[in-house]
Amino acid sequence: MSSWIVGVDVGGTFTDIFAINPKTGEVKTAKTPSTPSDQSIGFLNGLTSVANLESIDAVVHGTTVGTNALLERKGARTGLIATEGFRDVLEMRRRDRPRTWGLRGTFRPVAQRQDRKEVPERVLSDGTIEHPVDIEAVETAARDLASAGCEAIAIAFVNAYANVKNEQAAREAVMRVWPNAHITAATDILPEIREFERTSTAVLNAYLQPAMGRYLGRLQGTLGPDGATLLIVQSNGGLMTADEASRSPVRTALSGPAAGVVAARAVGLSAGYPNVIGCDMGGTSFDVSLIADGRTALAAETSIDFGMVIRAPMVEITTIGAGGGSIAWIDAGGMLRIGPESAGADPGPACYGKGGNRPTVTDANVLLGRINPDNPIGGELGCLDITSAEKAIRTAIAEPLGLSEVDAAEAIIKVANAAMAGAIRIVSIERGHDPSKFVAMPFGGGGALHAGALIREVGLAGALSPRYPGVLSALGANIADMRLDRVQTINAPLNELREGLLSELASRFWEEGSAKLANSRVPIEETCVEIELDMHYQGQTHSIPVRLPGDQLSSINFNADAVQIAFEAAYRTAFSRLLAGPPIRVMNLRVAVIGRRPPFELERLSPIGGSLELAQRGTRRVYADGGWHEASIFSRLELPVGARIAGPAILEQPDATIFVDPGLSAEVDRLGNIFMHPA
Amino acid sequence: MTTLDPVTLAVLNGRLEQIVDEMDATLFRSAFNPIIAEAHDASHGIYHRSTGETLAQGKSGLPIFVGAMAFAVKTVIEKAASDNDLADGDVYIFNDPWDGGTHLSDFRLVQPIYRNNKVFCWIASVGHWHDVGGAVPGNYNPAATEAFQEGFVCPPVKLFRKGEYQRDIQAMLEANSRLPLSLYGDLNAQINALNLGAQRLHAILDEYGDDIIDGAMMALKDRAEMLMRREIARLPDGVFAAIDYMDNDGVVDEALKLCLKITVNGDTMKLDFSGSASSCLGPINISKATTHAACYVAMKHVFDEIPANAGAMVPIEVIIPEGSVLAATSPKPVGGYTETILRLIDLVFQAIAEAAPQRTNGCAYGTINALSIAGRRTKTGAPWVMFSFFGGGHGGSFDEDGLQHGNAPISTATIPPLEILEAAYPIVFRQWALRPDSGGPGKHRGGLGAIYEIELLEESAHAFLFGERARTSPPGVLGGKAAAPNRFFYDVEGAEDRNIPPMASKIVGIPLKRGMRLRLETPGGGGYGDPKQRSRQAISADLNAGYISFDAAIQDYGDFS
Repeated sequence: MSSWIVGVDVGGTFTDIFAINPKTGEVKTAKTPSTPSDQSIGFLNGLTSVANLESIDAVVHGTTVGTNALLERKGARTGLIATEGFRDVLEMRRRDRPRTWGLRGTFRPVAQRQDRKEVPERVLSDGTIEHPVDIEAVETAARDLASAGCEAIAIAFVNAYANVKNEQAAREAVMRVWPNAHITAATDILPEIREFERTSTAVLNAYLQPAMGRYLGRLQGTLGPDGATLLIVQSNGGLMTADEASRSPVRTALSGPAAGVVAARAVGLSAGYPNVIGCDMGGTSFDVSLIADGRTALAAETSIDFGMVIRAPMVEITTIGAGGGSIAWIDAGGMLRIGPESAGADPGPACYGKGGNRPTVTDANVLLGRINPDNPIGGELGCLDITSAEKAIRTAIAEPLGLSEVDAAEAIIKVANAAMAGAIRIVSIERGHDPSKFVAMPFGGGGALHAGALIREVGLAGALSPRYPGVLSALGANIADMRLDRVQTINAPLNELREGLLSELASRFWEEGSAKLANSRVPIEETCVEIELDMHYQGQTHSIPVRLPGDQLSSINFNADAVQIAFEAAYRTAFSRLLAGPPIRVMNLRVAVIGRRPPFELERLSPIGGSLELAQRGTRRVYADGGWHEASIFSRLELPVGARIAGPAILEQPDATIFVDPGLSAEVDRLGNIFMHPA
Repeated sequence: MTTLDPVTLAVLNGRLEQIVDEMDATLFRSAFNPIIAEAHDASHGIYHRSTGETLAQGKSGLPIFVGAMAFAVKTVIEKAASDNDLADGDVYIFNDPWDGGTHLSDFRLVQPIYRNNKVFCWIASVGHWHDVGGAVPGNYNPAATEAFQEGFVCPPVKLFRKGEYQRDIQAMLEANSRLPLSLYGDLNAQINALNLGAQRLHAILDEYGDDIIDGAMMALKDRAEMLMRREIARLPDGVFAAIDYMDNDGVVDEALKLCLKITVNGDTMKLDFSGSASSCLGPINISKATTHAACYVAMKHVFDEIPANAGAMVPIEVIIPEGSVLAATSPKPVGGYTETILRLIDLVFQAIAEAAPQRTNGCAYGTINALSIAGRRTKTGAPWVMFSFFGGGHGGSFDEDGLQHGNAPISTATIPPLEILEAAYPIVFRQWALRPDSGGPGKHRGGLGAIYEIELLEESAHAFLFGERARTSPPGVLGGKAAAPNRFFYDVEGAEDRNIPPMASKIVGIPLKRGMRLRLETPGGGGYGDPKQRSRQAISADLNAGYISFDAAIQDYGDFS
């Protein structure tokens, strides 16, 4: 009786479940405690809380196992085999430093120098093999690394992007002597020019392979050999099979957040908003993502930490240190600042009553009446300690600035909002998008408290609070499409490309990709392709992404003229003026093969019945714009479709609180989302 | 001027920083030459309407410009005043290094922002162009004795006149460059950055009102001054001195002495360079504007939390002896200014070590090693110029060992990937590696420098190098030892042994044939603290990784086992 598809998002505190039964239309959600020491236990508890294992068809998982191993440096001891003369590329980075000012800070690569071996081989930039690889040296190096205790190994040769032969031969040789499957050849992951970025990505992939392999192995063991298919959310929001994830764990570095962005896109599109700014407010940070015209903004490269560079398409997430637990303080110059220091979960904000005595953003929200002290989000804490919040704000902020406690609390919110608005401007205005065409979509516990203010601060069209903000990532995992990405460096002038080269490469990747999708046991409605070229004027070193229109190979025009038109349109958007003279160059071809899964009708989550009167929970005093207001309180999930509420008002639900600022109006759309906009 | 509450000030501080950061990002993404696009040798800021003082500066540009650009804007303000000719929509362009600071490669675009028919403030963009004529491709000419041999000089002239682009200025600039296309691309990219800055500034002025923004800019400057005074007041009063040397000026092979005496008195500080060498024949002179800018950079490294605006330097007096190598005037050559300012920054780290042991560090590698290789393609006859700066080690600090292979303290530049260089130019790298035993020994070891070995693949070419720190190694501080010095070798036709340039790391026009090689070994960083205090564990980790050799370990750390 297999029928359920279950989305699972394992967070630091809770494991969220969002399950759909496509046959019956049933939906179930659940929240179970996470088990950080072995995430698979909480994972299994979550699954069984919604359905029998036998009745689950597929499990789709946004995981933080890779992210945490990178941040905590808990990957495997990893060896590297490099071209003679170049083993230090990894440690030398691109000759940067951690901070502009102050010459402090250092860098320790995950593959230590003694675990980086060199072998004779050399490929030139045009792909000529100057020296064939010395296979015996490769085998010796691999044996030495294995006996030194390395558990994973990467191979990264100079210019291998231009000719993979030496590197592939070395990989074959390593496979003959290496005791396990944790082997990464850099060009298998990223056949793209730039040796440091490629080497770093490969080494980090190898570094994660053992942990990811063990974790996914445990999950698959739990599901059983004939059990549910296990799919993993990639950092770019597409799904891959668990086997693929074990081979390429580096693609999961932002798996968890990516799942949330997938859901934000789906919720936005179904509600009629193709332009969405995702606002994920957690305890220590505020993470912003962007969806424009229904397309998620991806970054080609991300640094997990100084020098830990991953070059792989990932959801572009701009993070600032302004979460609910971020501490407010007065700096030496008398200016009010928020974060980046956070009270974390322990002691937490002062209002948690666990000994925290420094004021946080959450404390300010409590003092201003925006958070219900008797029934806080998450439900772990019985009630909040307003007195401690007030005392912390008085001592640290109100007295030094000569303000009342509530005015100080409002000042904290104002500065925090300004910082969040700055992050939104970075992803919108700075990327050439007009914010008045975007809606903010708050997710995470606290985002909806600030979304109203952000509308005004940035000039957004409004804010859309999804019906179940707390399980948005699990929902996103559940509805994400399958996706396989390939890249190939071209590095040639557009007018000198051999005719048919781009379409031949694209066809080859398409065939490989669609074959993999067909083998993945995942129901797919339609297979599509996305073609993107990294291009620039000859002489520039940075490229711009140029999307070729069309989503089937047969409808995509690869002719030089069509490519040039696409480039010029993209360049004009980015920099407003085209250049006369310099030839146009194609750096990389990127091909994404996408398996669209059967759509999930979000209407299934729509509220049924309900009335404004029954949803009302009385009123509460709320401080805003320098004065107290009597705000109506509503139970959010009981509001009927079409309900309209004028601010100031507070809408409460178990996993989020929405604050409708004075001057704003909120209404419930047909899907049960709350749309907030200037009245 | 409006007095602002701390909340509005905090909000506006972020908004203003965002504008200048965005100007930086726009230029980096659209520039043509890698020195701007990859090495970020450029900067943007907002400047005071009448004094030209820096009010806000982008965080990702070249730190040295933070101090220097104020002088550039001041130069334009004076020029416009003396001509009595300034209008909305004007943009000045110039590269005069004596008034504007730095060297001829840096082209500055300076634009007034008008509000209600009056200048409200200035914005500016500066970027290092790939080639501005002169005797040496890429303009690092270590043998120059006049600026005219380094490139062409452009005084402040109008690139835009009341919003109208002056095409003949562009034509004049292009005609003087070996790489006119690159120049055209960079010029356009700088215009893009200014357009964007003006647009964003007008938007925030419309939103908040001119008085509020004006008040915020002044308050932020006062704040920086107050913060700097507080930090200086925490240092012990007294006089702290240091002496360091430049290898030579590239023309006369004599070391040049540089002296610094820091006097801390309450909440003020005096940086006195009296006793430093007289101005020299070769191109390591710097103008007073550049000297001031170097002091600013050094102070920002020592007091890294102080905001980057003019207020930070108010409590600091800088004394620059007339006629010295630190007070160059036209037409003294200044092309190697980077080397001299790096030495000034080293002087500050050494002098202040005793007063602020937790804030200083061993000296960084201290030379940018500007290396160019130029020739013509055999097949097409097209000229090519490969030009790059190279990295080295950072000094050890109070907390930890120095960074391996970092960028120079005056820049946030990254190095182009070797694969990009090999794809663009007919060269191949034979080695790109850390240089063992190059970090200065100490309780906290200096980071390692690097080894780069390059071979020519074309029939012929010429190589040029402008480097330093080959004769006097980057010193350590507080008992830390010096790093290994800079070394450069090149093949000579028909000779078995490699040559070392007579001027150590400065040379013009090395003839290269196919298969011949250059080898650059860059310095590490100086050590921090007595090597005897280094932990055995750290020494044995260094040995295992091969950061130090066994012989060096015995020599530097004695009986460590």
